[in-house]
Amino acid sequence: MVVIEYEAPQSLGEAVKLLSDCTDKPARVLAGGTDLIVQLRSQVGGPQLIVDLKKIPEMMDAVLDENGLSLGPSMCCAELTARQDIKTVYPGLVEAAYLIGSTQIQGRASVGGNLCNSSPAADTIPALIAIAAECLIIGPDGERQVPVEDFVTGVGENCMASDEILKRIIVPLPAAGTADAYLRFIPRTEMDIAVAGAGVSVTLDNNGICTAARIVIGAVAPTALLVPAAAEALVGSDMNDTALQNAAAAASAASSPIDDLRGTIEYRQHVVGVLTRRAAVIAADRVKEK
Amino acid sequence: MAKTHVSTTINNEPVEFLCEPNQTLLDCLRNELQMTGTKEGCSTGDCGACSVTVNGRLVCSCLVFGVEAEGQNIGTIEGIGKAENLHVIQQKFLEHAALQCGICTPGLIVATEALLAENPDPTEAEARYYLAGNLCRCTGYDKIIRAVMDSAAEMRGTA
Repeated sequence: MVVIEYEAPQSLGEAVKLLSDCTDKPARVLAGGTDLIVQLRSQVGGPQLIVDLKKIPEMMDAVLDENGLSLGPSMCCAELTARQDIKTVYPGLVEAAYLIGSTQIQGRASVGGNLCNSSPAADTIPALIAIAAECLIIGPDGERQVPVEDFVTGVGENCMASDEILKRIIVPLPAAGTADAYLRFIPRTEMDIAVAGAGVSVTLDNNGICTAARIVIGAVAPTALLVPAAAEALVGSDMNDTALQNAAAAASAASSPIDDLRGTIEYRQHVVGVLTRRAAVIAADRVKEK
Repeated sequence: MAKTHVSTTINNEPVEFLCEPNQTLLDCLRNELQMTGTKEGCSTGDCGACSVTVNGRLVCSCLVFGVEAEGQNIGTIEGIGKAENLHVIQQKFLEHAALQCGICTPGLIVATEALLAENPDPTEAEARYYLAGNLCRCTGYDKIIRAVMDSAAEMRGTA
C-alpha cells in the first residue's frame, strides 16, 4: 500500500484548493474507494494526497424536481437504488447502478466514482449517456459542464485536470413518452464485469411511433459509444422487428471490442447488438406502462 | 509520519485508536483494536469476509480507510451475540452446519443481519443475490442459505 496523506474537507472550495495547492506529489480524490483503494494497495512509495469528498454535503445528496435529476456524484449506489422516485423516472440508470459489484460494493461505490474511474466496462456510463446526463465540473477557474459522452476520453482517462472535481451529475427530465433501460451481459448472474452493455432511451408518441432515441454501447470500445445510426433505425418506426434488427446491426457495426478470455471480438459484436435490441424493447415497454 | 487519532463508535461503544492514514478499517480493527472477529480474505472487496456495517450500511472493511471511521458508527461481528448468548443467526448457522473452515462465517453473519434488517422476509433468490458478495469455498452455499432462511423465519416469529 502506498503511503498517503488523508484530508476530508467540508466544502468543495476547500477540496479544490487542496488539489491545486498539491504540486509536490500525486493527488487523488476519494469517493467510495472501491477502485481507488484497490489501486493504491497495488502501489508502493508515496506519499500521495487523498482528498475524501464524502464530508461535503453536496457530493452526497440527490435532488429530483421539475428540472430533472441533480445527483451528488459520491452518493453510494445502495442509497441511489433505494430511491423509488429516481427509479421511477430513470429506471435504466438505477438498474445500471444495481449491477455494480456486490451489496458491500454498492454500499460504498458511487456513480461519480464509476464515471471518473472511466473504465470501458463501467455500467453506469452507457446508462448516463442514454439519458443525456452531463457532468458539472468545478476547478480553480470555476465551473464547466460536459456531456457524459465527451467526459470519458479513453481507457481510464477523462477530460478532468488533476485539480478538478466532478461536482454534480445533471440529468434533464425525460420528455413525455420517454423511458430508459440498461442491460449488460456477464457469463454469470451476479458479481462480474460487463462483456458488453447497452443503454437505451426511447421516446414514443401516442401511436407508439418512436420519435427520438439514444442508444449507447458499453464494454465494446475504449469508451462507451453513443450510436446515432442505431437510434436512426428506430426513429419513425413502431419499434417493429425490422427496425429493432437494424438498430442491433448498427450497434454491432459501431463496436470495436477487444478479444480476451471473456469474449471474442465476434461474440462481443454480436452480443452488443442483441443487448441493444432487448434494451430498446424494455424501454418501449416501460413507456407503454406509464 | 505521525499517526492519526480516530474517534469512532464500534458496536455502540465509543472507541478511539491511532492509525496510519493508509491503514484499512479492517487492519485497524484487527491490528490496532485486536477485534479479530472480522476476517481478511482477498483484500480487494471480492470475498466479503471482512464485512462490517458503517452507519448501518454493509461494506467491505478492506475497502475503507481507518481514518474514514472518524465520527461514524461501525458494526462488527463482535456486536452480534456472545459466545454464551449466540444471536439467532449464529445459532442457525450451527444448527444447519452452515460453516466448515469458518473464515467466511463472520462476514456472512454480518451480511445476513444487514439483509434481515432491510428485508425481514426475503425470498431465497433475494437472499442469494444480497449475499452474492460473500464467498464460501467450503459449504457450497446450500446450507448457508438454509440457515439464512431459517434465521429469517425465526426472527419474524420472535419479533
